[in-house]
Amino acid sequence: MKKILAAPFRLLAAMDWPARIGALIVLIYVIVAVFAPLLAPFGEAEVVGSQYDPWTSVHLLGTDNIGRDMLSRVIYGARNTIAIAIIATILAFLVGCSFGFTAAVIGGKVDVVISRVNDLFMAIPLLIFALMLLTVFGSSIAVLIIIIALLESTRVYRVARALAMNVVVADFVEQAKLRGEGLWWIATREILPNTIPPLTAEFGLRFCFVFLFISAMSFLGLGIQPPTADWGAMVRDNATLIGFGDITPLIPAGAIAVLTVAVNLVVDWFLHRASGLKEV
Amino acid sequence: MSNNRPVAGRGITRRTFAMGLGAVASYALLNSPRTARAAEPKQGGRLRIGIARGDTSDNLDPSILNNTHPINITWQLRNNLVEIGASSEAVPELAESWEPSKDAKIWRFKLRKGVTFHNGKAFDAEDAAYSINYHIRPDSKSGAAGFLADVESVKADGSDTLVITLKNGNADLPYMLGDYHLQMVPAGTTNFSDGMGTGGYTLVEYEPGVRALVKRNPNYWKAGRAHADEIETLVIADDNARTTALRTNQIDVMNAVDLKTIGLLKRVAEVKILEMTGKKHYTLPMLTNHAPYDNPDVRMALKLAINRQELLDKVLAGHGALGNDQPIASSNRFVAHLPQREYDPDQARSLMKKAGMENTVFQLHAADAAFAGAVDTATLFQAHAAAAGIKIDIVREPNDGYWSNVWRKKDFAMAYWSGRPTEDWMFSSAYQTGASWNDSNWSNPRFDEVIKLARAELDDSKRADLYKEAQLLVRDQGGVIIPMFANDVIAHRQNVMYDKPSAAWELDGLRCGERWWLA
Amino acid sequence: MLLRLILMRLFWGVVTLFAVSILITLMVNLLPGDIAQELLGQSATPDTVASLRNQLGLNLPLHERYFTWLWAVLHGDLGKSLANGRPIADLLAARIGNTLFLASVAAVIAIPVSLALGLLTALYRNGAFDRLANIATLSAISLPEFFIAYLLIFFLAVKLEIFPSISNIVDPAISLSERLDKTLLPALTLTLVVAAHIMRMTRTSIINVLASPYIEMARLKGASPRKVITFHALPNAVAPIVNVVALNLAYLVVGVVVVEVVFVYPGMGQLLVDSVAKRDLPVVQASALLFAVIYIVLNLLADIVSMVGNPRVLHPR
Repeated sequence: MKKILAAPFRLLAAMDWPARIGALIVLIYVIVAVFAPLLAPFGEAEVVGSQYDPWTSVHLLGTDNIGRDMLSRVIYGARNTIAIAIIATILAFLVGCSFGFTAAVIGGKVDVVISRVNDLFMAIPLLIFALMLLTVFGSSIAVLIIIIALLESTRVYRVARALAMNVVVADFVEQAKLRGEGLWWIATREILPNTIPPLTAEFGLRFCFVFLFISAMSFLGLGIQPPTADWGAMVRDNATLIGFGDITPLIPAGAIAVLTVAVNLVVDWFLHRASGLKEV
Repeated sequence: MSNNRPVAGRGITRRTFAMGLGAVASYALLNSPRTARAAEPKQGGRLRIGIARGDTSDNLDPSILNNTHPINITWQLRNNLVEIGASSEAVPELAESWEPSKDAKIWRFKLRKGVTFHNGKAFDAEDAAYSINYHIRPDSKSGAAGFLADVESVKADGSDTLVITLKNGNADLPYMLGDYHLQMVPAGTTNFSDGMGTGGYTLVEYEPGVRALVKRNPNYWKAGRAHADEIETLVIADDNARTTALRTNQIDVMNAVDLKTIGLLKRVAEVKILEMTGKKHYTLPMLTNHAPYDNPDVRMALKLAINRQELLDKVLAGHGALGNDQPIASSNRFVAHLPQREYDPDQARSLMKKAGMENTVFQLHAADAAFAGAVDTATLFQAHAAAAGIKIDIVREPNDGYWSNVWRKKDFAMAYWSGRPTEDWMFSSAYQTGASWNDSNWSNPRFDEVIKLARAELDDSKRADLYKEAQLLVRDQGGVIIPMFANDVIAHRQNVMYDKPSAAWELDGLRCGERWWLA
Repeated sequence: MLLRLILMRLFWGVVTLFAVSILITLMVNLLPGDIAQELLGQSATPDTVASLRNQLGLNLPLHERYFTWLWAVLHGDLGKSLANGRPIADLLAARIGNTLFLASVAAVIAIPVSLALGLLTALYRNGAFDRLANIATLSAISLPEFFIAYLLIFFLAVKLEIFPSISNIVDPAISLSERLDKTLLPALTLTLVVAAHIMRMTRTSIINVLASPYIEMARLKGASPRKVITFHALPNAVAPIVNVVALNLAYLVVGVVVVEVVFVYPGMGQLLVDSVAKRDLPVVQASALLFAVIYIVLNLLADIVSMVGNPRVLHPR
C-alpha cells in the first residue's frame, strides 16, 4: 500500500522541472474537475444574477449572458470538458492502436482490408461526417464521445500503423514471428514498448484536438449542448467579444491552453526519458 | 442623372406616403438627427450590404424565397404590385390603384403604364397575372401558396387591369400582394436566374450564398429611388465577421447585430445602430389537442409561470417588447392594447392544482434553431416555473432539421414567427382551425367566425372591434405562449442615409437596396 | 514494386470512391427530413412539400436514384443541384479553385516553417528555444481555430489594419496580389492550426531514432549534432513525418469549414455544409467525392515518399 502511494511522488521526483510544473497543473485540473460541486460557489446552470454582471466579490468572474456565475461554469466546465476529452482520446487510442498494430503485424490481406476501410472513413471530411452522425443520432454527450472517439481513431490508426510498420521490419519481430508468437504477444511485447514514446506524443496532441473538435462542433451548433458548461462552447458563446478587446472569452480558452501545455510538458519529459537518450 | 431629380426625390416620398397621412405627420419626429431631412438622396457609389442568412442552395425563384439574402437581392431587381410602406400601409407600386367589390371578393387593380422590364419588354397585366398564378398552380411549391389559398382566379382584363377573384371576401388583399414572394416577372418565366424584373437594378452576377452584384437600371420608372450606382450584397453568416467587416469599412450595412456586442458596437464612432420594433415574435406553442395541453387551465398556468420581463432583459438584452400571448404587434394597424399578462407564480400554482397536474413534468423541446437564445429562454423559464412548483424538463433537440422534426411534432416546443403585415394574415396562417401552420392545433369556432367577419369587413372601426375580440381569444384561450417580440437590430456606417424606415421586415422592409443612399 | 503498389492503390482508390458514394447516399438518407422540407423550411405545407418532392424525383426508391446518379457520373455528368438547379460542375469549379488556393498558400507557409521548427527543436531539445517553441505552438494549437481567427482579425485587421477582415474574392476581375492579400489572414490562421502538429511530430520522430545504434555510431564517428540529425536521423524518421504532413495537407483542403465561415471565404467547406443541411444529395456526393479524391492522392503520395525513404519497408523479408 505504501509503495503505491509513494509511486507518484517518486515519479514526480524523477521529473525535470518543466514536467513537474506540468504535472502539478494537471493535478490541479483533475482536483477541480473531481470536486467541482464542492468548489463552485453556484450551480452549473443556476441563474443567480443579472446579465453580464462585472467581476465582484460574489461573482469573481462576473456572470454570463443569462446571469449564471462565470467562475462556477468554468469549474464545471473543467469537469465536463476534461472527462469527455480523456474518455474520447483513450477510446480512440484503444481502437486505433488495436487495428493499427494488427494490420502491421499480420500484414498482407488483413492490412489491406483494414487500411482501405480506414481510408474510406478518412476520405469523408471529418466535420461533415461528424455533422451527419450527430444529426442522425442526436447530440447527447455519450453520442458525442463515441463519434469523436471513432473519428479520431481513424487518425490514430494511421499513425499507429506507420509506427508499427517501422518496428515490424526489425529483426527481433521477425524472430518472434519465427518463434511462433501470437499477434497479442507481438503487439504488446514488441510493438507497444517500441512505439510508446511517439504514441504518447500523439496522445498529448490528440487530447487537445478533442477540445478543438468539440468547439468546432459547437461553432456549427452541434457540440455539447447548453446548459451543460463546456470550455469549447463557452469560448464560442463569448467569442465575438474579443473583436472589441473584451477578454471574457480568453478565460475558457486560456483554461484549455494551460492544460494542453501542461499535459505536453509531461509528455515531452516522458518522451525524452523513453527515447533512451542519456544526454541532458 | 442626379441633377434632374432633386425635388422628385422628396415628391415621391410624399406621394407614396399619401395613403398613410399619419406616417407623414410623425415622420419628422421619429427621424433621428443623422438622417435629417436636410440630406437629400444622393446618387452614386457602391452600397455594400452584409447579410447573415443566405445559403449556397438559394436561387432567385420567387416561389421558394426564404432567406434574407435572396429576398433582399430580388427586391433590388424586381417590384411588386403593392409595396408595404413605412407605417405598415399598402402603397401603390406597379399597381397604380385598386378597387374592391362591396363584399371584398372581386378586386380590380389598375396597373402602371409605361413600365418596362430590364430587357425592354413592356410590363402588362399578362405578366402580373402570370406572376401571381405562378404561386397557385396545382403543383405549386410556393411559400405563398398557403396564404393565397382563397384566391379563385387571377386574370388580365385588357393590358393594364388585373382582376383577382377570391373565394371569400378579404379586405387585406393589397397587403398580401406586398409579400416578397409576389414579385412581378415576365409572363412565361420558368428560369429565374437572370433576375429579370422591372426594378431599379439589373443583375451583374449572383453567386448563391456568397454575393450578388447589381448595377443601376438607368430606365427605372420609379423616381426618387435606386440611388447607389451599384449594390454589392454579401452573405456573412458569422457574427464576428459581419461586425468586423462593418467596422473596418468593408461593408456599409449589416443586419442581425449580435445583441451581446451591441453595447460595444454603439461606442464605435463611425457606426450607427438602427433598431425597429417589428412583428417578429418568439413563441412556445403547445399542441392543444394533446394531453395535458388540451386543458385550458394547464395552458393558462404555463402562461402565468413565465417571467417575460426577465426574458426580455436577458435573452434580448432589452431589445424587444413584452409579448402578451397574442401575435399582433404594436406596429400593426389593429393592435388592441390589452392589459399585459404578468408573471404570477401563485396563480399558476393554483391553476395547476385545479387541473390536478401539480406533479406533472412538462417536457419542453428546445433548440437554438427556433430562435437565437431559445435554449437560454427554456433554461430561464424552467427556473420561473419552478418557483410556481411546476416542473419543466428541457429536451435538447438538434438545430438541423428542427422545423421538420420538432416544430408541430412535439407537444411543447419553441418557434419564432417573423410576423405578418396584417392581422388576418397572421391569424389565418397560425391560429385559424386547420390552417397549415397552426402550430398549436388550436381550434376555436368563435375565433374562426370573428376573423372571417373581420376579413371581409371594409369598415375600419368595426374591424378594429372584431380584431380586439380575436386577440383576446388567442391571448386567454390559445395554445401559444408568446413571451416577447424581438427587435430587428441592424447597423450601418454613418454615411448611410434613409427616410423613415419600414418595420414590415428588417432592413427597411428588405428594400434598403433601392431606398437607401450613401452621403 | 513501386509501380505495382501505385496501381494497386489506384484500384483501391476507385473502390473507395464507390464506397464513399454509397455511404454518403445512405447517410444523407438517414438524416431526418428531406430536401423538400428543408428548402421550404418554416413555410412548408404538406401540399407544397409533396409537389416539390414530386418535382425533384424524390418519390423514386433510393437505389433507383443512386444508380441513375451513378450512371450519369460515369458519363461525366455530375448533374444539377436539387436546391437551385445549377449545374454542379459549375458550382464546384470556382469553389475548388478557391479552396486549393487557400490550402496552397497555407501549406507554403506552414510546412517549411513547421519542419524547420521541428528540426531545430530536436537539435536543441530541452533547451530554452525548444521549450519556448513548444509552449507557443501548443498554445496556438489549443485555441479553437475560430478563436485564433478572431484574435488575428482583432490585431491585424481591426487594430493594425494590415489585412482585410473578410476574404471577398468572388469578383472575377481581382488581381493575384489582391487575392493573396485577402487570403493571407485565413492562411495564417490555418498555419497556426497545423504547424504545431507537424512540428511536434517531426521533433518526436527524430528524437525517437536518436537512440538507435547507427546514430550512436555516427556520433562516435564525430559527426556534428546538426549533421547527425539532417543526414542520419531525418531519413529514418521520414515515414511518420510525411504521414503527418499528408494528413495536415488533407486537413487544409477539407477541414477548413470554420475558417471559411469566419473569413467569409467562398470555398468548398461551406458548400458542403449547406448542402448537407439542405439534404441536397447530388451536391453532397460531388463534393464528398472530390474531397475523397484529394485525400486518396495525398495519401498515395505520402506512402510513396515514405517507401522511397525507408528501403526496409520497400523490400520486406
